[in-house]
Amino acid sequence: MQQDKLIEELQAGNQKAFERIYELYSHSTYGIIYSIIKDTSISEEILQDVFIKIWNNASSYNPDKGRFFTWVLNIARNASIDKIRSKDFKNKKLNLKSDNFVDILESKTNFFGKIDAIGLQKYIDALGATCKSLIDLLFFKGYTQKETSEELQMPLGTVKTKNRVCIDKLRSKVLR
Amino acid sequence: MDINNYVSSGILELYVYGALSETESSEVTRILKQYPEVESEVSEIEEALIQLSAAVAPADAENLIEAIKQKLSHNPKVVTMESRRSNMPMYIGWAASLLFLIGLFLMFNKNQELRKDLQALQGEKAQMETQIAEARTDADKSKELLSVIRDKDIIKVPLAGQAVAPDAYAAAYWDKNTNITYIDVKDLPEPPRGMVYQVWSLQLEPLTPTSIGILDTYEEDENKIFALENMNPSEAFGITLEPAGGSKTPTMEQLYTLGVVSS
Repeated sequence: MQQDKLIEELQAGNQKAFERIYELYSHSTYGIIYSIIKDTSISEEILQDVFIKIWNNASSYNPDKGRFFTWVLNIARNASIDKIRSKDFKNKKLNLKSDNFVDILESKTNFFGKIDAIGLQKYIDALGATCKSLIDLLFFKGYTQKETSEELQMPLGTVKTKNRVCIDKLRSKVLR
Repeated sequence: MDINNYVSSGILELYVYGALSETESSEVTRILKQYPEVESEVSEIEEALIQLSAAVAPADAENLIEAIKQKLSHNPKVVTMESRRSNMPMYIGWAASLLFLIGLFLMFNKNQELRKDLQALQGEKAQMETQIAEARTDADKSKELLSVIRDKDIIKVPLAGQAVAPDAYAAAYWDKNTNITYIDVKDLPEPPRGMVYQVWSLQLEPLTPTSIGILDTYEEDENKIFALENMNPSEAFGITLEPAGGSKTPTMEQLYTLGVVSS
């Protein structure tokens, strides 16, 4: 099924389309949530909530405004950030680890699916500190270009071009 | 537009991250639809990021779909339900005002009906009062008449039918104390149009008739009893039919009744 068609079906309330969307996006969404929450069971709860939101609010997705993946990414990041800001979460003193996605990848012992995670891990390590930071902030944490430029004390234009180089490197590794 | 420059600017990565403003994103979407090479570039960036983040997931998420479907089946169309719920007060509001209007209308109608009923009743009451007043007057008259008839000082004079009307009958009740003679003409035929009965007091030796009254209210008077003033030393009473307005002397051919006072 074509991506556009699949999303139209989802918006029309087709459950099969929803299941397919789940297959396509659940792992990456889980990864995004976990990189922020760093707790498996809470991440699972949020993942469920995110997909319930995707089902219920599918009609609010407008393809003219951006990619469907980006829409899902925003829901996942916002749900996770809301969670870590909640009293309940702070009281449990979770999220004390300052791990980013790289640390998570490095500490992982089990891998699943079609990803050559060990290869990926090695390659990301080779990306260099700047690329790791850029991808962590822009992709996993949802920083804007300006926020990233301030955080890394890097000129605004450099953020954009440097990040492009990092993603190119990543693509050459994962999409062979 | 130099597409290669556009692609290598790094804007497409920011687009997939969701790091661009809404306007910038819409612009990228527009270009992406125009240039297939931009579209495929975006797809590759997206795919690389999906792979990367999927690798970060701590466990397989496949089994969670069942839990999600179960939650959704418990609450199948949350959005619809919510919007329906939020519409309820509005519907209730409209329904309530409609009922209120209907209620007002019914009250107004009822009020009008009651007003009409009340007017009708007031009319009836007025009629009734008139009737009661009349009845009371009639009763008073009857009492008065009864007392006249019973009074031992009153002389009753039966007036028998004469040649013109053998079946006619009348009576005179003469109260000498008050000089009033009551004439009961219930059994006289109705006088023809333009004619009236005239009552005469008669002295016999010689025959001298004196008019004591014209019964010109004959038709209106229900009990047909008339009180007439009579100060004459009457020896007999007679009733004749005379032209309207009465006559100076009785028309003896039209003598209906006659009766002599018994001494």
